[in-house]
Amino acid sequence: MKAIQNSPLIVDQLSMRYQYKPVLTDVSFQIPEGKTIAVVGPNGAGKSTLLKGIMGLEPTMSGSIKFFGQPLDQKRLAVAYVPQREESDWDFPINVMDVVLMGRHGQLKFWQRPSAQDILIAEQALEQVSMLDFKSRQINQLSGGQQQRVFLARALAQKASLYLMDEPFAGVDVTTEKAIVELFETLKTQNKTIVCVHHDLNTVSEYFDWVLLINARLIAAGPVNEVLTPENLNKTYGGRLSLLNEMTEKLYRSNIDRVHDNG
Amino acid sequence: MGDFVAYNPSYWALFVEFWQLNDPNAVWVLIGSALLGLSASVIGGFAFLRKRSLMGDALAHAALPGVMTAFILFHANTPILMFLGAVSSSFLGLFLMDWLPKNTKIKPDAAMAITLSFFFALGLMELSYIQGLEVAGKSGLDKILFGQAAAMLPHDIYLLSIVAIIVLIMVALFFQKFRLIAFNRSYAKSIGLNIPFYEVLLALLIVMSVVIGLQIVGVVLMAAVLLTPVAAARFWNQNLPGMLMTAGGIGAISGVLSANVSYMAPAMPTGPWMVVMLFILFVISFLFAPRKGLLSNLAQQRQLRRHVCDENVLRTFYILNERHPVNDKKEHSAIDLGLAFGEEAILAVRGIAIGKLKQTLQRLEQKGLLSRTHDTDGWRLTEMGMFAAMTLTRRHRLWESYLTEQLDMDVNKVHHYAEQIEHLLTDEETLQIEQALAQQGALRDPHGRKIPDSRNHPIQDEVAK
Repeated sequence: MKAIQNSPLIVDQLSMRYQYKPVLTDVSFQIPEGKTIAVVGPNGAGKSTLLKGIMGLEPTMSGSIKFFGQPLDQKRLAVAYVPQREESDWDFPINVMDVVLMGRHGQLKFWQRPSAQDILIAEQALEQVSMLDFKSRQINQLSGGQQQRVFLARALAQKASLYLMDEPFAGVDVTTEKAIVELFETLKTQNKTIVCVHHDLNTVSEYFDWVLLINARLIAAGPVNEVLTPENLNKTYGGRLSLLNEMTEKLYRSNIDRVHDNG
Repeated sequence: MGDFVAYNPSYWALFVEFWQLNDPNAVWVLIGSALLGLSASVIGGFAFLRKRSLMGDALAHAALPGVMTAFILFHANTPILMFLGAVSSSFLGLFLMDWLPKNTKIKPDAAMAITLSFFFALGLMELSYIQGLEVAGKSGLDKILFGQAAAMLPHDIYLLSIVAIIVLIMVALFFQKFRLIAFNRSYAKSIGLNIPFYEVLLALLIVMSVVIGLQIVGVVLMAAVLLTPVAAARFWNQNLPGMLMTAGGIGAISGVLSANVSYMAPAMPTGPWMVVMLFILFVISFLFAPRKGLLSNLAQQRQLRRHVCDENVLRTFYILNERHPVNDKKEHSAIDLGLAFGEEAILAVRGIAIGKLKQTLQRLEQKGLLSRTHDTDGWRLTEMGMFAAMTLTRRHRLWESYLTEQLDMDVNKVHHYAEQIEHLLTDEETLQIEQALAQQGALRDPHGRKIPDSRNHPIQDEVAK
């Protein structure tokens, strides 16, 4: 693969497992700056796991991940992650503003509270997703789409350069879908990069510039018009790689990596 | 304080004596209990929100062998020694509860149960061994099973107060981060928060609160003080800071009341009293809290039922008017909605208990939506009533059209849904439905009846006020 100048994210030979079950095997790719990139694949293909692995939220077996050429800990402030909406407790006693302010905590010392400046940034972020009117609302009174926009605002408040989003379009209303697409455009004009797990094949070419096709391994990566071919889609959504998965699971179960030398 | 006041029939006299606050020892116990209730409830709030409610219970039980081991090793029961012993064995329990699920096939709930019972059993064995020893100071040790506030000495309370205040200061200092982790752990990790540090800190604060509660509440019941206040506070508050303050207040009140009881009957264990009082406060919250309490919910439901009943009767008036021969074959703009109808006519169209109907009619008259016709003993819509009836009918029929046209639902099944939605739609939502319908301002519903147009009605501005 030819190197991309200034790639915001380079993943090299990433493998992940859940207990002994291999989820992703040997995934390598680089993405260009200032583009929207969809991560596409069937259910259980490891799309969310890939994002979590990249963000260091789930342990990886092997592989390296570079953000703007450096490990995550050195580029933390340049990266914002939007978790799946369903993973949070929306009954939690907190209002919209306080959730968005969480986006500022990466920059605050452990005893610090958000300043007036942070509040201003959070308000701008809410404005960007048309949720400013809801800032004092309890989160349990929001619709699914509004919840999603609050999570996006929280990521915006981080003022990052690379955004990793886990299924922001899942189960949202038309207004929210439009708001997200507009947000993508705004972020792109600021040369920001968006990587987004996406489940709707019909809208991939409309909303995204690039696509990563994933099914337990990387099938293809590149501009949408080059990669989204019937042949690639067939590979992605066609039969499972049972032999690879079975053999890799056997490998993991044996714990052979503990006794085998790395030669 | 000896056992000589264990039986005293004059509880009232003791009650008064306690609240005169002349006995310095009693005042100390009062302050200690209140502080303990306050700090344990506040820190317990985080355990509750992280869905780790039972952790406090396990940690309290795990503290027992620490206290006993410290006594066996040093043959002394100074508060700081007991405290350190309890904290270390609680932490050992915490480590075991954390390690087992990560490294074996045992799930977290089983790990907690195993740890809790093992540590508790170990503590009880040591306690019975100590009872057989000829050592001074062993008499107070069995009190930590169920707590005995009255047995506490001033230096116990100094330590308790200092620890409680430290816990409260730490919560105030780290509130934002604790809340962030409790709400969305993976996100907190993604922005680079040092999760292990905050988790150990939170665990330490919980352990400290549990340990200082041992003498007042006891090992067995300590979990209730961590969790009941915040469970009660959820009924009163929507936002976390307010909720923790309410929980702290509830905890402090229960502490004060138990100190009072312990003064009146010093031989009685305080823990059960404290927990029973907390439960009473919980039940009060559950019943009487505004908005979320049971009574408030019932009142809201009653209000809604009346509202629906009112609207149903108004709609019935519209239908009666529409079906009347006078209006036959008229354009809908020309329909006369001012005809009068008696109760029997209403009952013929809508099934409703006669008593309820009478009440509803009176209520609508009070609201100025209906007026009584004195000559025929009937009722007719006022101008405002006409507008309301038209609006409701419009919503009902628009929704029926929407369901059949856009969702291809069976014409015979849509009435049922429209019957419910008409009470809930706002003007804005009605507009959205109009826009979604193929033909703007559809004139007829799927049953072929006219959809009244209440837009631009002269009365609208008046109603809007």
